[in-house]
Amino acid sequence: MTTMAAELHGVVEAPPSENRTWKKLRSNRSALFGFAIVFFFVAIAALAPVLPIPDPTATNWGLVRKAPSAAHWLGTDELGRDLLSRMVWGAQASLLAGVVSVFITVAIGVPIGLVAGYFGGWLDQIISRVTDALLATPFLILAIALAAFLGPSLTNAMLAIGLSAMPIFIRLTRGQVLAVKTEDYVEGARAIGLGHFRIIMRYILPNVFSPILVQSTLSIAVAIIAEASLSFLGLGQQPPAPSWGSMLNVAKDFLEQAPWMAMWPGIAIFLVVIGFNLLGDGLRDALDPRETE
Amino acid sequence: MLRYIGKRLLIAIPTLILISIFVFSLQKLLPGDPALVMAGEERDPKVIEYIREKYRFNDPLPYQYFYWVNGVVHGDFGMSLRTNQPVLTLIEQKLPVTIQLALMSMILALLIGIPTGILSAVKKGTVVDYIANIVALSGLSIPNFWLGIMLILLVSVRLHWLPASGYVSPFVDPWRSFATMLMPSFVLGSAISSAFMRHTRSAMLSVLKSDYVRTARAKGLTETIVVLKHAFRNALIPIVTLGALIFGELLAGAVLTEQIFTIPGFGKLIVDAVFNRDYSVVQGMVLCTAVAFIVMNLVADVLYVVLNPRLRDTL
Repeated sequence: MTTMAAELHGVVEAPPSENRTWKKLRSNRSALFGFAIVFFFVAIAALAPVLPIPDPTATNWGLVRKAPSAAHWLGTDELGRDLLSRMVWGAQASLLAGVVSVFITVAIGVPIGLVAGYFGGWLDQIISRVTDALLATPFLILAIALAAFLGPSLTNAMLAIGLSAMPIFIRLTRGQVLAVKTEDYVEGARAIGLGHFRIIMRYILPNVFSPILVQSTLSIAVAIIAEASLSFLGLGQQPPAPSWGSMLNVAKDFLEQAPWMAMWPGIAIFLVVIGFNLLGDGLRDALDPRETE
Repeated sequence: MLRYIGKRLLIAIPTLILISIFVFSLQKLLPGDPALVMAGEERDPKVIEYIREKYRFNDPLPYQYFYWVNGVVHGDFGMSLRTNQPVLTLIEQKLPVTIQLALMSMILALLIGIPTGILSAVKKGTVVDYIANIVALSGLSIPNFWLGIMLILLVSVRLHWLPASGYVSPFVDPWRSFATMLMPSFVLGSAISSAFMRHTRSAMLSVLKSDYVRTARAKGLTETIVVLKHAFRNALIPIVTLGALIFGELLAGAVLTEQIFTIPGFGKLIVDAVFNRDYSVVQGMVLCTAVAFIVMNLVADVLYVVLNPRLRDTL
């Protein structure tokens, strides 16, 4: 995997090289499609403040539950609010929730997994048992319970989702570290007397990075669905601020009168999730050193 | 074999202890005085006193935990503060409904997922494979509560084919019970059948390349027999390990599915408990779920060995 010369200079080549990964990813049509979807929604969410759309919380009693029209492309909701605007601002909430909760998971889970895998021993035993225990509760039920006890808010929902997804990352990182730990270049680093921290940061982390990146991408998809689920149950984004999940929660009561209210948020969640899934699958194929072109 | 099961049971013990500590500490997340929060809106001093007494909030933390676990071990998961019923009774009442939903979803998922997976592997690289993969990816990406809402809109509101909500026990009216559960089962089963399809496909693909499949073909057996009898039976092994994972998926999915179709099951119970701030019910249910999950994992592990004779000898 690493040449002798590279090892002597302390350079670790991420397998396979960035260039080849990028090339493989670019030639993967479904991954590109996924990337395009994700990019589209991220752009919309980022541009929400400058787009020429009405205030997402401005009610208008003269426009209650109007079907899509030229003035309101996606129609209006039960309080006469513009659905396009709510969808755009909802994208911000949903994407933010997905990214932030995965960030929480990675920021806590990966270091714990690194420590467990690298040091082993009783510390690893304790961490692994705790991870088992957390994995024994289905992800969404754990997230619902945490969100219920923390109190309903978007921030707490992100926290609950992040903490619930953590054990998967601990286990993944730990397993990867165990595989990398015995490699020659790690032994070599130890032999020349590098400290544990340097070895972990320079030799282990770069080599366990790929699977973590893939899992993170796929986890954003899971986190977005989870946030929508929590908001749907009233445990996430609180009214009047929009999120796709909370919009669906309201929409289900107006299915007969205003079916479009339920359509848009669902389609958006579906597209974003498929985007992250395709991107994650593509990344996995591109980063897999076994698969040659 | 028995030794293997025994060993697995021993490993489960520390996990169970940790889960109980975790579930116990959930109530420490409550902001402010837990007794006050748990008592709810009314703040009846008698209720607050009862809660303090019940959870021993005046005692040191380890004692509180000990009393709580002692109750759990003796089958006392606490009382619902809203309905005044023991948590275990509530779960016992609701569980059969969810089991019916889960079983029907599982059957639907198997009926859809496995044949599609086999077909997709056999026809690898063709249009059939391509479409099956797209459908499976969609099944995994679609939020199942939205799928439920859309089906209600189409099947119940527009076409009036199936009821949109409610529950009828199969012992009262089997046909109506089946009809009311059909849509929820499809919603809950869709993600699982996608998982089944993907796993069956990859397991079949690796098995179809193996020597014994080539031998079976060389013997002149028909393709159907080769695929179903030689390949599929061996591909089944990795699919079984999905069992525990699917159990989790079913339970978590049931929470939202039951909410949408207003089915009075386990999932609806946990959501109602969350809304009513009935924290002891939430705790009891999380604990029950975790224990059930560990048991399912154990069963899947044992089945894996039973199904794979090569592993049996290594034990």
